[in-house]
Amino acid sequence: MTAAATATEYLEARAVHFRRGMRVILDDITIRLHSGEIVALLGANGAGKSTLFRIMLGFFKPERGEVRLNGKPLADFSRRALAQRIAYVPQAHVAPFPYKVRDVVLLGRLAETGIFRAPQAADRRAVDEVLERLAITHLAARRYTEISGGERQLTLIARALAQGASILVLDEPMTGLDYGYQVRLLQHLVDLAGGGRTVLLSTHNPEHAVQAATRIAVLRDGVIMADGPPEQIITPSLIRVLYGVAVSTLTNIEGRMVIVPTMERVLDTRREPTRP
Amino acid sequence: MARLMFMPVLLIGVVLFALTIGRYPLEISDIIAFFQAMAGLKPMTPERYELLHNIIVEIRLPRILGAGLVGAALASSGAAFQAVFRNPLVSPGILGVLGGASFGAALGILLFGNWALIQLSAFGMGLVAVGVGLLIANMFGHASMVMLVLGGMISAALFTSAVSIVKYTADPYEQLPAIVYWLMGSLGGVDMMQIRWATIPIVGGLMVLALFGRALDALSMGDDEARALGVPAQQVRYGVIGAATLVSALSVSLAGMIGWVGLVVPHVVRLALGPGNARLLPASAFSGAIFLIIADCLSRSITRSEIPIGILTELLGIPAFIIVLRRARQGWT
Repeated sequence: MTAAATATEYLEARAVHFRRGMRVILDDITIRLHSGEIVALLGANGAGKSTLFRIMLGFFKPERGEVRLNGKPLADFSRRALAQRIAYVPQAHVAPFPYKVRDVVLLGRLAETGIFRAPQAADRRAVDEVLERLAITHLAARRYTEISGGERQLTLIARALAQGASILVLDEPMTGLDYGYQVRLLQHLVDLAGGGRTVLLSTHNPEHAVQAATRIAVLRDGVIMADGPPEQIITPSLIRVLYGVAVSTLTNIEGRMVIVPTMERVLDTRREPTRP
Repeated sequence: MARLMFMPVLLIGVVLFALTIGRYPLEISDIIAFFQAMAGLKPMTPERYELLHNIIVEIRLPRILGAGLVGAALASSGAAFQAVFRNPLVSPGILGVLGGASFGAALGILLFGNWALIQLSAFGMGLVAVGVGLLIANMFGHASMVMLVLGGMISAALFTSAVSIVKYTADPYEQLPAIVYWLMGSLGGVDMMQIRWATIPIVGGLMVLALFGRALDALSMGDDEARALGVPAQQVRYGVIGAATLVSALSVSLAGMIGWVGLVVPHVVRLALGPGNARLLPASAFSGAIFLIIADCLSRSITRSEIPIGILTELLGIPAFIIVLRRARQGWT
């Protein structure tokens, strides 16, 4: 596997502008990802996160501006060459056919083998390695349609790793996962970035962003309104602007940021029943 | 792949068996003796050789080969369309090829009455109908999958109503029964000439489909994912639609409308071998061939007069499909 990312591997969007009909979806977006970073893209529904991802993955072209990988426009890469460098992890979904988990992960090797060549022993070994690394070897023979949402998400991450790509783009990977899987998934992402990969994920949840990300970019109405280290970006006023709720931010004993919603009304109603 | 090697062997066995079925009684040993004589390995009296040559090569073999080609084409294109449309309930008619071919055949019966022209017209109209479906789907920019399905539905509806118009204007004593009979499907009209020109495009189309097997696995996950995996989704989709349309249009022009094969056979094979298309597509082709050869044997031997094979495949397909449904409940939730 071409696992270890080189220090020069980077992906950037330059002054990207995108419209659908008359509606501006993305307006002059510039963002650059370096290896070893975990960048969390924060924004409400409809902020343009998915569109930005699709453009950065080369699924469609921006109206103006461009996306460059290692300084070269995405258009200069073949689909397969891109797949060897950038992997996409969609939200866990239900496949229409009951593929085995191992076979879903094996699809990641298509980038290496091309579509007309059968997978070789080396490809199967690569799949086994990835399954082991994410501790889901026990799922290998299970049907992808029958495992839980968290297990599916891990399977899709395994597939992305099997691609051997050094840049991972994850579209709201935490959605629908229980607490245990959320924490484990964040831990995996931290490990991957520690190994030199670049991780870009979108999320609704600022707490996830604070826990795992090395950098947070905030997308609102198609504009990047903030981009920087979590401690600087996440402030009570930003959360109020983005989500319309009041929070306070604390620093815990390990020096890490914690976001605490101020639940005045909830506390009030909780007290009520005890009144005579 | 090694697990599939029994399928060609089974197919040859079924072909040999099918050669024994018919009015004139023949044993498997007669068939084998004839082929040995044909290869010059064993002597045979000229009169007997002549007789067997007539029965086996001129009468029975074209029909059996026809059944095999048509069955393979329908089953394999059905499996391919199911992967392209990410839906296990799709059959080869999804883009309108069957409706178009029916119209072409009906029109041919009305205008020409010549068998070769009827087949040509069926084949051509099958392709035209898919073209119309794709055109409608792409009318408002890049076709999404839903648009393709809707385009196919509209095209199928258009050509099906055109069939009704042709039926209405057809002569009710000669042409109308011919049209109705053609729509039921029959392998009775297949001769060696047709087999010769249909074999290469059908087998070629089946091989193209099988080659796209792994790409179809990726495509069945969705376009974005397929692209992210390095698969050019749009090109693969249209390549597969092209090959599947070619083979199904050829099959309809050979044998008329033969239902259920393209839906049921891929299902049964998927349950047996798993959903991986690199195996599913060739295995479906072999299974479809075997299934239709056996169905054709039944259609010409159950009663004295032949039962249209389209009726038989429907009758055989329904119980098979119910069994599949029972087992498939776990499969595609």
